[in-house]
Amino acid sequence: MSGAAVPVPEGLIVAAPEGVSFADWRDYLALLKPRVMSLVVFSAACALLTAPGHVQPFIGCVAILCVAIGAGASGALNQWYEADIDALMKRTANRPLPAGRVAPEEALAFGVALAVGSVAVMGLAVNWLAAGILAGSILFYSVVYTVWLKRRTPQNIVIGGAAGAFPPLIGWAAVTGDVTALPWLMFAIIFLWTPPHFWSLALFMEADYAKAGVPMLPVVAGETATRRQILLYTLVLVPVTILPWALGLTGWVYGSVAVATGAIFIARAVAVYRNTATVAAEMGPEKRLFKYSLLHLFLVFAALVADHWIVA
Amino acid sequence: MNVDWTPEQTAEFYRRRRARNLALGIVLGVLVVLFFGISIVKMVP
Repeated sequence: MSGAAVPVPEGLIVAAPEGVSFADWRDYLALLKPRVMSLVVFSAACALLTAPGHVQPFIGCVAILCVAIGAGASGALNQWYEADIDALMKRTANRPLPAGRVAPEEALAFGVALAVGSVAVMGLAVNWLAAGILAGSILFYSVVYTVWLKRRTPQNIVIGGAAGAFPPLIGWAAVTGDVTALPWLMFAIIFLWTPPHFWSLALFMEADYAKAGVPMLPVVAGETATRRQILLYTLVLVPVTILPWALGLTGWVYGSVAVATGAIFIARAVAVYRNTATVAAEMGPEKRLFKYSLLHLFLVFAALVADHWIVA
Repeated sequence: MNVDWTPEQTAEFYRRRRARNLALGIVLGVLVVLFFGISIVKMVP
């Protein structure tokens, strides 16, 4: 997300003495990365609604709330650790930490408290398998992706993408108490969707990442290699998206949506592959693929739910 | 508070602190409802 949308009149916010906070409540909301949270909540809710069996509606809502808070905690811990590089990028420079509105120790305490609280409530109210996966996803995003991978390897978002792929497992486990083939396929879809999604963004935001020293693929390997990787991942993603239908785990509603949206995804990825632009202003296909990838994931997961309720 | 702020900055500081406290109060209220709801659901066979 683009940082806190808190209007700050010039010269009004000054450095507060230690122990005095100048933060607005919206700064704490911004620490949770609400836009990322919405995608996480959506994918977990889709799994929860697709899973066989019954979950008490209030407990189902508690499970989704815990997933949302857990994702928010990951976002806060991520922003705490990355405040130095956020300050260097135009897109993130106005976030609460680099802008100086929230102190680092406040953000750390906020993130840890939310992480522990969301896992504890998930375990006590829903079940401990869902709580365990939630804890794993928070640790994976905060430690494996943020601390270990992001600044070290251009493959950062490939492996880090797994962190964003956990929510369907959590949603499913909340209902059934186990994890079967379909939630693992939902995991695989998000895992394979992440590289084309983020690399298309990285292509037209390359200058920002280069300035911050983040080794995103376009910065390290160049635009041509990134465009080839986007196409290759797309060619793996689309068949995996169709797999739930091919294996008989879903019906025709999901199958037709997966095939149609997958074909458009491939067409957009081919357009990116053919583009030779090196400046952001000429990267129309990359911007279109980035936007479409969001719609694609939304449609595929919504189709899973629709299929479950229409066909079943 | 012994800080060198203009009246506008002081007013903004108090406005933000009031808004934070209100938000915290709402969060605590939601938690009360949440734990009450979980308790009731868990008690009902």
